Amino acid sequence: MTTPYTDGPAGTYTIEGQTGPWELVIGLEVHAQVTSNSKLFSGAATEFGAEPNSQVSLVDAAMPGMLPVLNGECVAQAVRTGLALGATINRWSRFDRKNYFYADLPQGYQISQFQHPVVGEGAIEVETDDGQKTTVGIERIHLEQDAGKSIHDLSPTMSYVDLNRSGVALMEIVSKPDIRSPQEAGAYVGQLRSILRAIGTCDGNMQEGSMRADVNVSVRKPGAPFGTRCEIKNVNSIRFIQQAIVSEAKRQVEILESGGQIRQETRLFDPETQETRSLRSKEDAHDYRYFPEPDLLPLELTEEFIAECKASLPELPAAKRARYENELALSPYLAGVLTADAEHARWFETLLADSARRQGKPEIDVAERAANWMTGDLFGALNKLDLDISASPVTPTQGGELLALMADGTLSGPLAKQVFEIMLETRENPGDIAEARGLKQVSDTGALETAIAEVLAANPDKLAEYRSGKDKLFGFFVGQVMKASGGKANPAVVNELLKKALA
Amino acid sequence: MAVDDKMVARVAGLARLKLAPEEGAKMTRELNNILGWIDQLQAVETGNTQPMNAVMPITREWRADVVTDGNIAEDVLANAPEAAHGFFAVPKVIE
Repeated sequence: MTTPYTDGPAGTYTIEGQTGPWELVIGLEVHAQVTSNSKLFSGAATEFGAEPNSQVSLVDAAMPGMLPVLNGECVAQAVRTGLALGATINRWSRFDRKNYFYADLPQGYQISQFQHPVVGEGAIEVETDDGQKTTVGIERIHLEQDAGKSIHDLSPTMSYVDLNRSGVALMEIVSKPDIRSPQEAGAYVGQLRSILRAIGTCDGNMQEGSMRADVNVSVRKPGAPFGTRCEIKNVNSIRFIQQAIVSEAKRQVEILESGGQIRQETRLFDPETQETRSLRSKEDAHDYRYFPEPDLLPLELTEEFIAECKASLPELPAAKRARYENELALSPYLAGVLTADAEHARWFETLLADSARRQGKPEIDVAERAANWMTGDLFGALNKLDLDISASPVTPTQGGELLALMADGTLSGPLAKQVFEIMLETRENPGDIAEARGLKQVSDTGALETAIAEVLAANPDKLAEYRSGKDKLFGFFVGQVMKASGGKANPAVVNELLKKALA
Repeated sequence: MAVDDKMVARVAGLARLKLAPEEGAKMTRELNNILGWIDQLQAVETGNTQPMNAVMPITREWRADVVTDGNIAEDVLANAPEAAHGFFAVPKVIE
C-alpha cells in the first residue's frame, strides 16, 4: 500500500511505495474558452446562461449546406495568448476535421487544428505556494470548436441537448510533460488563468466551464524513462486537478508494485469518491480519422497582423509584479497577491493613484500602506461577505480617502476599522461617516487634559502606586483615558500629556 | 492499400453505421475499388510538388466579431425527431 506523499531527497515530490519513492510526470491540456462576442465559425452569440438553443445558427446546428466562416477576432485572441506565453506564432496553420460520434456534436466532427496549430512552443514560469519556481514548457495552442451540452438528469429516459455552446471558440493549450507535482500543476493552471484574464482572451471562469483541463499522469522511478500515462478528462477546478493527480498516481504505483502494467486509457475523476475510473481503454479509443477541413482555407497570418496583436497586449502579470517590487518597493508577497488577478491589480492601481493624490505624496511612499490595507482589511471583509472585488461595496477612491484620513491623523487605526465596517454596510464616504458619527480622533489637548485629570482623580490608589515606582501602571492610565474618550483620543497625544501630568 | 471486412466493420462502428454482413462485404469491395484508384495516383511522382491545400486563391475572408445570427430555436429544432423544453431530446446517453 502507498502512504500519502512525502518529499523526496532533492526536494522533489514523490509518492512513497513499498519499493521506494516514485516520481510523477504530469502534462496538462487546458481548454480555454476564447473571449469573443460571436462563435468561431458563425454569427451566433457566445454568452453564458441563455435559453436552450437560442444562441444557435444553422451553421452550429450543422444543417446541410451550411459553411463555416472564420471569426478574425478569435484568431487574434489565440495569437495574443501565444505572444503572452512567449510562444512561436505559426504564420501558416490549418484546420482539420476530428471525427467522432456523440449526441451533442451535430456535425459528427469537430473542426480543430491537428497537424498545424496556430501557436507553437513557448514557456511560462510558475511559482508554487512555498516559493519554488519552475518553468513549464508550452507544446502548442490550437483553435477548435466547442461541442454542445448534454443534460442527463432532466428526464428518466432521454438526454437533452443544448447547442448554445456548439461552435464556441476554444483554445487548447497543451503543456509539455514538465510538471512534477500537484502543487506545480495548480500553480501552472493558476498562472495560466492569471495571464489569460490579464490579456482578456479568456475569462478564466472555471465554474462556468470557461477553463477545464485534461490531465496526463504517469509515474516512474527517479531518473527512469517516462512510464505509460493515463489521461483524466475534463477536470474543472484547480483543487480537483490536484486531487485527481494524487489519486491517479497512487493507483498507478499500486498496480506497478503488484507486478501489473498501466494500460494507456482515458479516465474520469469523481470528486465524491476521490478516485479516477476508466472511461474507455486504448483498444476502443476514438480513432478520430483526422483530415484537412475542406470547407476552410489555410490560416495565413501577416507580420502586420501579428504586430497589431502584440501592440494590443497590456502589461503581463509577471512584468506587473516586477514593477510593483522595483518601483513601488512592495514585498514579493504583496506584489504577487496583487498581480495574481487582473481585476485586483486594476483596483489596486486606482486606489494607489487616488491615495497618492490625496496625500500629495509619490506613489512609492503610500504603496505599502495601500497594499496592506487592501490585502488585509478589504480582502478579509470581501472574503467574509463572499464577494468578488468587482462587487466590492467600497470603491477604490473611497479606500483612498480612508487611507488619507488615517495618514493625516483624523482617524486612528481602530477608528478607521470602525469607519470601514460602516462603509461596507452603507457605502457612504469615510469622511462623511467620521463627521456624521463623531468618529474623528480627538487631538485637542484641552479636552484630553480634562479627561486625564478626571482619570487621575478617580484612581488615587493607582496614582499613589505609580508615584511609588510601579511604572507599568502608565499603560493602565492610557487605557482609562482612551476609554473615557470613547476610543477617539489620539494615543500619541494622550501619551505625551499623561507623561506631563504624572511627572 | 486495401481494406478487409474487419476494417470496414470497425469504421462503420466508429461512424455508428449498422451494416449487415452482406452490406459490409459489398462496401469492402467498393472501397477497395476506390483505394485501387488511389494506388494508381500514388504512381505519380509528387516529391517536388507542394501539397495543394485549397483550390481557391488564399484570401483572408474573416468575419467581424459581431452577433448576426441566433434566436431561431424553433428553426433549429424544426427537424428534430424529438424535442422537449427547447432541447433536442435523444435516447439517453451515459458514457
